[in-house]
Amino acid sequence: MLLNEFLLLAAVLFSIGVYGVLARRNGVAVLMSIELILNAVNINLIAFAAMNNSISGQVFALFVIAIAAAEVGVGLAIILVIYRTRRTIDLEEVDLMRG
Amino acid sequence: MTTVLAAAANSDVPTNVAENVGFAIIAAFMVFGAFRVVTTRNVVHAALWLVLVLAGAAAQYILLGAEFVALTQVLVYIGAIVVLFLFGIMLTKAPIGGDADLTSKSWLGGAMVAVILLGLLAFALIDTFGQDRLPADRRITMRPAAVSQFEATTGISTDGQSEAQLVSQVNDLDGVSKDQRAKLVETAEAIATPHGPIDSNVSAVSDAIFSGYLLPFEVVSVLLTAALIGAIVIARKE
Repeated sequence: MLLNEFLLLAAVLFSIGVYGVLARRNGVAVLMSIELILNAVNINLIAFAAMNNSISGQVFALFVIAIAAAEVGVGLAIILVIYRTRRTIDLEEVDLMRG
Repeated sequence: MTTVLAAAANSDVPTNVAENVGFAIIAAFMVFGAFRVVTTRNVVHAALWLVLVLAGAAAQYILLGAEFVALTQVLVYIGAIVVLFLFGIMLTKAPIGGDADLTSKSWLGGAMVAVILLGLLAFALIDTFGQDRLPADRRITMRPAAVSQFEATTGISTDGQSEAQLVSQVNDLDGVSKDQRAKLVETAEAIATPHGPIDSNVSAVSDAIFSGYLLPFEVVSVLLTAALIGAIVIARKE
């Protein structure tokens, strides 16, 4: 198997995730797109771990998974507060800091 | 780039067709699922499509010989994070029947950024890694130092050998003094387990986490606690 098969799959997922972050209006949908990006990174880490026969890539992937869990928890809490104060999670209406 | 003219890494590894077909099928599902995550008009469906992508990623990890990460992916991502997403969707009262406003009007700009990014990434990857092949045996396992030493001194392979088999092989060795033989028998008895020597991906991961990566591991546990308390404090009603 070519190393590039995995790296290109990860690149496609990463680009789709970037599109989601830029194009989605719903706060929860943006968080899902961020998960896509983190998963693409994980596939890269595991592929390089297999390529270099080094366990470090797998350990880093585990750290990424742990931090993704923390990020989703805090992110959803923030979106919940936005919903409570503004009755919407449409990110285009959250413009308090827009110049 | 110093390796432009060098042969691709592992170029002698034969192509395994079944592996490639499996990869292609899983990858197709993942890309389609990811596309639906960012295009569907129903945010609940987006969360369910996300499950497909995450499960596909777990399958790819197995293909890459990382069982432990694959299991963690299923437990943490599919078991916990997706459920958290569904709770978030319910608590923010997203309409179940679909929501036309899910994608912003400036989506075309986002699409252009994504396509350009993909083009650049693909060019860089193909240019750098070209025909590099993954090793045929991709499982990263931990062999205890005693096992490697035993194999080096005796020339006996411990793979899948029971204690009795190992001891009998040690007793058949030529040119070993009585003391040495007694010691080797002792080692063989120590390293052999009912199912052969410990030699798994999980033991390799745990060995790395609890030795070289111990401090980052502890920091992650503090981070998770902080995130937990932070989420409660943020989301709590006044």
